Amino acid sequence: MSNRGLLVPAVEGHSVTAIGVGLAIAVGAIFLVALLQRVRFRQTGHARPLWPWAIGLGIALPLAGWLLAGQDVRLDLPRASGFSFEGGWSLSPELFALLAGLITYTAAFIAEIVRAGIQAIGQGQWEAAQSLGLRRGKVLRLVIVPQALRVIVPPLTSQYLNLIKHSSLAVAIGYPDLVSVVNTTLNQTGQAIEGILIIMGAFMTVSLLISLLMNWYNKRIALVER
Amino acid sequence: MSSTPPTAAPQLPFATARMSWRRIRESILHSPASVLGTVLVVWLILMAAPALLNWLLLKASFTAPDARTCREASGACWSFIREKYRLILFGTYPFDQQWRPLLATLLLIGSIVVTGVQRLRGRGLIVWWALALATVAWLMWGGLFGLTFVENVRWGGLPLTLMLSVFGIAFAFPFGVCLALGRRSRMPAIKAICVGYIEFIRGVPLISLLFMSSVMLPLFLPEGFSIDKLLRAQIAIIMFAAAYIAEIVRGGLQSIPKGQYEGADSIGLSYWQQMRKVIVPQALKVVIPPLVSTFIALFKDTSLVVIIGIFDLTQSAKAALADPAWSGFGVEAYLFIGLIYFAFCYCISKYSSTLERSLAREQQASPGR
Repeated sequence: MSNRGLLVPAVEGHSVTAIGVGLAIAVGAIFLVALLQRVRFRQTGHARPLWPWAIGLGIALPLAGWLLAGQDVRLDLPRASGFSFEGGWSLSPELFALLAGLITYTAAFIAEIVRAGIQAIGQGQWEAAQSLGLRRGKVLRLVIVPQALRVIVPPLTSQYLNLIKHSSLAVAIGYPDLVSVVNTTLNQTGQAIEGILIIMGAFMTVSLLISLLMNWYNKRIALVER
Repeated sequence: MSSTPPTAAPQLPFATARMSWRRIRESILHSPASVLGTVLVVWLILMAAPALLNWLLLKASFTAPDARTCREASGACWSFIREKYRLILFGTYPFDQQWRPLLATLLLIGSIVVTGVQRLRGRGLIVWWALALATVAWLMWGGLFGLTFVENVRWGGLPLTLMLSVFGIAFAFPFGVCLALGRRSRMPAIKAICVGYIEFIRGVPLISLLFMSSVMLPLFLPEGFSIDKLLRAQIAIIMFAAAYIAEIVRGGLQSIPKGQYEGADSIGLSYWQQMRKVIVPQALKVVIPPLVSTFIALFKDTSLVVIIGIFDLTQSAKAALADPAWSGFGVEAYLFIGLIYFAFCYCISKYSSTLERSLAREQQASPGR
């Protein structure tokens, strides 16, 4: 990482697509296995661990892809040349700064939301779960967080939408994002209303999609009472 | 608070050296992960602190008379702040009348602090706020009783940021609670309006709302009829904040078990009485952390009003940097206003944790739930 950006070694070669395809199939297969495990758990009450399947499939299928496609994979390391670097795959410093800033900022707000959700669960649930012999991590995962999700999900949606809108602050570090480009267009053509409508349309589409998804999820985790 | 087991060390008013070592051990050294975290943080501090301290304090120039001598110092140039602090803090308010926004700011902050103290609540507080707001309005606008009139395009800096956020939060909060209740109501028209409003406002950036309110609204109004620019910005901020507060309160409302509603029904409370006395207080108590996050974010989002030409704290810092005689001290200016923003946000955050603690104590004293 330097002020030329974040540079990572790039993978090249003819087998890369095969490895990618193998990885994608592995992800799909892992989902399938998880679904089958859940059905099995509902029917019999036994749960076999998922992680051996995940590791096995995740290594075997890309490996198969590598073997079948000719074993041609090279690592392209970034090398210093002149004032900059060549080779490798780079993330521009502005993009990296934007990512780092947005992630750090939103993470703090999401931390407070999750804390509120977890604190909303009464002490009785902790004590009951611990009396069953569950340790702290399992208590959180199996008992507390599913109940806390009711408090967490609506403000979390707001934070996700905030994250999308804060991307327009990239203009402060010289990264031309949608709002900045439309602003320039607006200034050059004078069509203010159309420009603003474009910005609003773009943001609204993405935001409504995310809202729909999160509201569907919210309904799923809602408390169903008598 | 419900997840940490009670510590064994009793809280004595005086702490012996051994007791505080035990507290340190329990808080940052109680597991391998936390030891690693402590080591990393200490290493980070040791790497960064000497250079920071050097630049901020040791090599900084506090008394340089002009920009050239200041630039020769290899550290920060705080005499820039000494020269420009009145511009940054009060914006374009007339120079000799700047005691007025200063007084207004102090009065506003004082009223907020007074409101935060639990014991002073009651009818008297409403009277206090009415008087305080009238005094603030008189101080800022003038025109009566001997003060010269200063129109509100000349307001700027810290008083403006404070006013936008205080009135924004104060009006957006009840509006947001009503929206949340409306979204959960069973009447389809109300629910549709509330859902539409919340999703629309949440979906667009505040910048475009402000832009819409300042550029598009005058196009739709009849000739010659115009709404004051500051008022437009304030309304946009209130509408924006209300949508976010609505969603947060909705999360709190979802966590209230149905038994509370049934209990309130069984003693014959009407819908509004139920909400006011039973449901909403419990819901609000649960969502204090995200609410406080929203208030803090709103305080900082007031800096977006620059897009419609209003001089808030951030914009007046930029204006101070535009002086060609004192150019190039951007870091000092932004650190200064960063410090001011941080002071306010930290106080809000500290108050919220005090509030949470006192509410948790009340809950322990009267077992229920």
